[in-house]
Amino acid sequence: MKLIFAGLTGLVFGVGIALSGMMNPAKVLNFFDIAGTWDPSLAFVMGGALVVTGIGYRAVWRRAQPLFGGTFQVPNATNIDPKLVGGSALFGIGWGIAGFCPGAAIPALGTGRWEVVLFIAAVVIGLALRRLMTRITTGAVPQ
Amino acid sequence: METAFTPFASLGGGLAIGLGAVMLMLGLGRILGATGIMSGLVFAQNRAEASWRAAMILGMIAAPGVIFLVSGTMPAVDVPVSPTMIVIGGIIVGFGASLGSGCTSGHGVCGLSRFSIRSLVAVPTFMATAGITVFIIRHMFGA
Repeated sequence: MKLIFAGLTGLVFGVGIALSGMMNPAKVLNFFDIAGTWDPSLAFVMGGALVVTGIGYRAVWRRAQPLFGGTFQVPNATNIDPKLVGGSALFGIGWGIAGFCPGAAIPALGTGRWEVVLFIAAVVIGLALRRLMTRITTGAVPQ
Repeated sequence: METAFTPFASLGGGLAIGLGAVMLMLGLGRILGATGIMSGLVFAQNRAEASWRAAMILGMIAAPGVIFLVSGTMPAVDVPVSPTMIVIGGIIVGFGASLGSGCTSGHGVCGLSRFSIRSLVAVPTFMATAGITVFIIRHMFGA
């Protein structure tokens, strides 16, 4: 039941990504290209998503626990460190180069386009590199 | 390459993206961060960690097919960049999102809606670097 719910959640998210235009790199890159072929559509994606989560999260957190048990696992870190800023800066650079972000590319796998498979494979390499770097510098395995 | 301004589809898609994020919090008590879900599946330590993430990713991948069944057309994926750019961008996206603890969905949708101070730093950072990257590639190198 929990897995069916998780699958349905992914489907709703994926349909949203597809309808919104987020899985179309031409549209994403145009959103950032204010000096060129600007397409402001994606501001509406963020706006719509934030209204629903802003209200929905607060309603959900009135419950004692999630439907399928356990606890609400919400990050509570507040530290602004070079990893957060540098990592986010890098993420934006990669997003601006490729035009895909992970949340858009995963549903886009369903279109069967080889470019999406290539992007996802590259992201996995990036994730692995970061784990390797963390292991070398701290000896710990990141979550 | 010009893309059409689609405020209504993008807003509707954004609402569905938000609904997916709220559903995951309601059911499993988790933040919907696409990079984290992907990383948690690829580098899973045990089956319980992997199973809900796998179900969710399968749901996401099913989305374009469901849209095709309903509307008769696949969502557009127009890739205006070379395979080399996809690979370079993807590696940087994976590395950066992991280092910065989030991407568009985790920091952008989930983090901003709960006023996470880290997300309030991360999102303007990656939006700015994405914009600068697109400007440099398109208007300084003319790609």
